[in-house]
Amino acid sequence: MLVHSRGARWAVWAVFLVLFLPLFALPLLVVLGASFATHWSSVLPSGLTTAHYEAATRGEALQALTTSLVTATTASLLALATGTWAALAAAALKRRHRKALDALFVLPLAVPSVVVGLATLVAFSQPPMLLNGTRWIVIIAHSVLVTAFAHQSVSAALARLDPAYEQAAASLGATPAYVLWRVKLPLLLPSLTAAAGLCFALSMGELSATMMLYPPDWTPLPVLIYAATDRGALFTGSAVAVVLMTATLLVLLAVSRIRTRASYR
Amino acid sequence: MAPRPAGGIRFDHVTVAYDGNVVLDALDLTVEPGEVMALLGPSGSGKTTALRAVAGFVRPASGRVFLGDRDVTALPPHRRGIGMVVQQYALFPHMRVADNVAFGLKARKVARAEIRTRVAEALEMTGMGAYARRHPRELSGGQQQRVAIARALAVRPDVLLLDEPLSALDAQLRSGMLAELARLHRELPDVTILYVTHDQVEALTLADRIAVMDQARLRACGTPRELYRAPADAFTASFVGGANLLPVTVGSGGVSLGDAEIEVDTTGAARGASATLCVRPHLVGLGDGPNRLTGTVGEIQWRGATHRLYVDVAGHRVMADVRELKAPPVHGEPVTLHFAPEDAVLLPAGVSTGEE
Repeated sequence: MLVHSRGARWAVWAVFLVLFLPLFALPLLVVLGASFATHWSSVLPSGLTTAHYEAATRGEALQALTTSLVTATTASLLALATGTWAALAAAALKRRHRKALDALFVLPLAVPSVVVGLATLVAFSQPPMLLNGTRWIVIIAHSVLVTAFAHQSVSAALARLDPAYEQAAASLGATPAYVLWRVKLPLLLPSLTAAAGLCFALSMGELSATMMLYPPDWTPLPVLIYAATDRGALFTGSAVAVVLMTATLLVLLAVSRIRTRASYR
Repeated sequence: MAPRPAGGIRFDHVTVAYDGNVVLDALDLTVEPGEVMALLGPSGSGKTTALRAVAGFVRPASGRVFLGDRDVTALPPHRRGIGMVVQQYALFPHMRVADNVAFGLKARKVARAEIRTRVAEALEMTGMGAYARRHPRELSGGQQQRVAIARALAVRPDVLLLDEPLSALDAQLRSGMLAELARLHRELPDVTILYVTHDQVEALTLADRIAVMDQARLRACGTPRELYRAPADAFTASFVGGANLLPVTVGSGGVSLGDAEIEVDTTGAARGASATLCVRPHLVGLGDGPNRLTGTVGEIQWRGATHRLYVDVAGHRVMADVRELKAPPVHGEPVTLHFAPEDAVLLPAGVSTGEE
């Protein structure tokens, strides 16, 4: 334990709460409060109702939730596959080449996501790669944005993986593919699931690139929230936001359950 | 175990270099089928590199590696048909003991029924039958090492590579495992074993022959007895069992150390040449006798059954291990040492690289 004395421990807790509550917890509580309100003119919201939720879980909003879930799942899986593949390939490269590849994958993070959106839009608006107006352009943009996280987390885990496992497996007669499938990937599973969760959460909340790309029949939830608040429907927007939060948290929880079962050490 | 074509390992002028840094220099060594060969040397001597060249984890810059009469130099590790056990066990943490042992068999697509019997057999042989359902993290270090050995034996390799397999165990477990390995080899006399170690006791106990390595080169190779009784050079003498290495000048029918005349077999040494005299500490006696040396006690250590005396003789420190003394000499006391002429070996002059 870092802090030993009882008094100091209380002080640290107090500082933590003072910092944490207003910065992290309060805004979320406000959204939660607003989602049940019809008016908010004094300290607390008033005119409690669940009508916003009725609107937020059917029709357009339900469609948007499905859109978001499908987009985030597909984008995370694509990102995980390419990121893991790239990390595995990079591990076999010379140091200098590996650095170059790493830098390439971090690029979408270094560029503002609006720019990634614009770039995707420009790149896929002409035949033969005409994806503009389809759902795939949204999914591709999301994949590009989150692959960096998948790649980073898997390559970090790969660097920590003891080569003795791989060598023991090879000496026992296992082909490289068998080693990858039965030894390396299972040992990487904790980081893979962590990366999947991160990618999913990021994709669920992505707005700026999506705004430039989404076709009318593929509207993710954040766009809907933005539209609602933009036209002044704050309370409806809050309800949709709570739905988005809940859905994301539920998926993250499920992923972390897989992770607990996958960490043996 | 079914009879198979002879195994054996042959290094033919194998050189390994990392970034121009030679870590194994033109190694020529043959391990006969069914033989236990220990590669003994300090860290950085190239012994592990030699083993990794057999396993296929390093690619020689030049030279060839043969397993039996197969040239495996260009083969990937999984096609070499070896078994390997490393110091840190490297058991797969996500598999149970039985699945760890079955791994090599599944990878080789052995029929399921046969996998079951061979896993049971390998676990039985290493005394781990009762632990098949455990995970590696639930086992002690010694048990994990047994599983690692079972895993390597389950694929029935012709060649078993052991890379410092006992280094991570404490002293008592180590001597137990040493006996265990000797028993396994008696039960599997056809398996050729290459055993890398820095521990001379392990090498002397287990090996049919020992290859002593230092600074990327093979220094000596022979049976433990040959290397111990008649080491070829000072490095071998000091690394295989402790040795007194005394710089002497060759005379007629003997050598001289300072003003002391020592009777020893000088066959092959030119008169007047300088040489190194090698005497094992436990063959040096206290008191008067042949080849007497006089000096003063520099240090004395009580080791239970023996006393070790460090005696300064003409500016050189001579170690003597003698049976526990009732009245041991004290520091600075003059004493007389002796040893039998046949217990000393004359080596070409060389710098001693280590004591003990």
